[in-house]
Amino acid sequence: MLQYKSKSYRVFTVINFIIMLLVIFITLYPVIYLVAQSFSNDAAVASGQITFYPIGFTTATYRYILRNGDFFRYYGNTILYSVIGTLISVAFTALLAYPLSKSKLRLNKFLIPFVVFTMYFSGGMIPNYVMITQWLHLRDTMWAIVLPGAVSTFNFLLMKSFFQGLPAELEEAASIDGMGTYGIFLKIVLPLSKAIMATMFLFYVVGMWNEWFGPFMYLDTKDKWPVALYVRQLVQGANTVEAGSTSEASNVQSTLKSASMVLTTLPIVCVYPFVQKYFVQGMTMGAVKG
Amino acid sequence: MAKKQKKQKLHHDESLLRHVRKEWKLYTFVILPILWYIIFRYIPMLGNVIAFRKYRGGPNIFGDYWVGFRYFKQFLKDEQFWNAFWNTLRLSIKYLLVRFPATLIFALLINEIRHVKWKKVVQTISYLPHFVSLVVLCGMVKELVSLSGPINSILSKFGVDAISFISDPKWFDTLYITSGVWQALGWGTILYLTAMTGINTELYEAAAIDGAGRFKQTIHVTIPGILPTIMTLLILDIGGIMTSGNTQKILLLYNKFTQNRADIIGTMVYRMGITNGNFSYATAVGLFEGVIGLILVTGANTLSKKLTETSLW
Repeated sequence: MLQYKSKSYRVFTVINFIIMLLVIFITLYPVIYLVAQSFSNDAAVASGQITFYPIGFTTATYRYILRNGDFFRYYGNTILYSVIGTLISVAFTALLAYPLSKSKLRLNKFLIPFVVFTMYFSGGMIPNYVMITQWLHLRDTMWAIVLPGAVSTFNFLLMKSFFQGLPAELEEAASIDGMGTYGIFLKIVLPLSKAIMATMFLFYVVGMWNEWFGPFMYLDTKDKWPVALYVRQLVQGANTVEAGSTSEASNVQSTLKSASMVLTTLPIVCVYPFVQKYFVQGMTMGAVKG
Repeated sequence: MAKKQKKQKLHHDESLLRHVRKEWKLYTFVILPILWYIIFRYIPMLGNVIAFRKYRGGPNIFGDYWVGFRYFKQFLKDEQFWNAFWNTLRLSIKYLLVRFPATLIFALLINEIRHVKWKKVVQTISYLPHFVSLVVLCGMVKELVSLSGPINSILSKFGVDAISFISDPKWFDTLYITSGVWQALGWGTILYLTAMTGINTELYEAAAIDGAGRFKQTIHVTIPGILPTIMTLLILDIGGIMTSGNTQKILLLYNKFTQNRADIIGTMVYRMGITNGNFSYATAVGLFEGVIGLILVTGANTLSKKLTETSLW
């Protein structure tokens, strides 16, 4: 088209390219810095020599972490909570979203506002805490981590819109062929919903993988901690408001902190590119109708 | 007349029963999730009642006896509360004023990228920070601005003395907002970009025939095309000004030196309720925050309905 050939637009294209490079650089730099630091020797880090690449390259920090079994115990806990939490979350969200996407269900007039209202008003931190610890007695159990955030109403809305966008004819045809409600859901609807299912898996897995606040409040036994909470302790050191010690001086070495942060983030970075094409599709299809 | 209405209502109820009987299989799907909503969303909502009742711990989570507005009167006189209140407003509004336009402009700039592969690369990389955990984000901030970190190294090359960013209250807002934008910028563009692909290309062609360049097309076609999205996001953001989920981030980022400037209502509720065990007092503060949030989102929604005919519900 003619308009893209104007001189001012060509200048703009170049400027835009430079802005994008800058954004990419700013996005990636902190990560590059952490990786560089994690492969450097302590002296170089302490004297502030690291910029883009490791100085005094060493894998000593990673070897130390590998030798020390603690990190893997926390890692294992994170994997356990993520797997169980995600299964519950995706199942609950799908079970709720599918019937609520059907306009023929008359009780939806009541059920949808019932669910959506919780987005605008909630119990708040203390009533939740009191209920979980004093009434349900879930303190120091996995369920205090996995259950309270099981369903995200935002994810529910995405999924509901997605189901609404599926062609009704397929389900009707299956119904005429004598397939029951459960069969239609399992054999017709779910196979058509790969994009939204992958999106939900990614969102819930990442949410549970990164979760530290629930474990921080509810898990007293350190052996049950997820890796995020362990990394928090490393990074925070004596630097919390409550502990009220000196601010800069945390006695954990920077190399150890950054290596732990790298190892914690690595699985997400590895999985993300594969799921990325689905979640843009899933979010788009969910959002258009929403 | 009245008899007829009654008869109609009866008929309606009968068919509702028949409707449930006919569709009961579909309704069985929602039993577990709805039970979850009742237990984990609605019971805590009712649990807010301890803001008006004395609760001393134990399984009677709805409190022992009524005390009226005692806790509200208490915290309204509490200096710490007002400090947290103004900090919440200051941090949220500053953050919104930076993040909101930045996201919109970034989305418009991405939309101008003609090279499909390059566009994909930019999008893929810019979404990534959204998936980084808050613990790592805050740890990263501390490493980057530490006394031996790269920012102080650069400053020292210009002859500036090392700054202890993390324990200097003056720098808290900057760290908080910059790290927030770093994490949210790319992700925030998704809904805009989706809305942009929905704009009819004929509108652009018509504008081009009228002699509008790309810039004018952006002003007159793209922005009006995504206005409903802009308004929806703005309503949600304004509604979240008091209740945004930033408590966790501040708990990770603040320390005793910056606490006075960084403490928000959420972090105050956390310390009062969970660290100190003043459940009723902290619930009263939390409920106050929640009600303001509800009022804000309703107000913003009403305003938007009047001005742009965009509404959340």
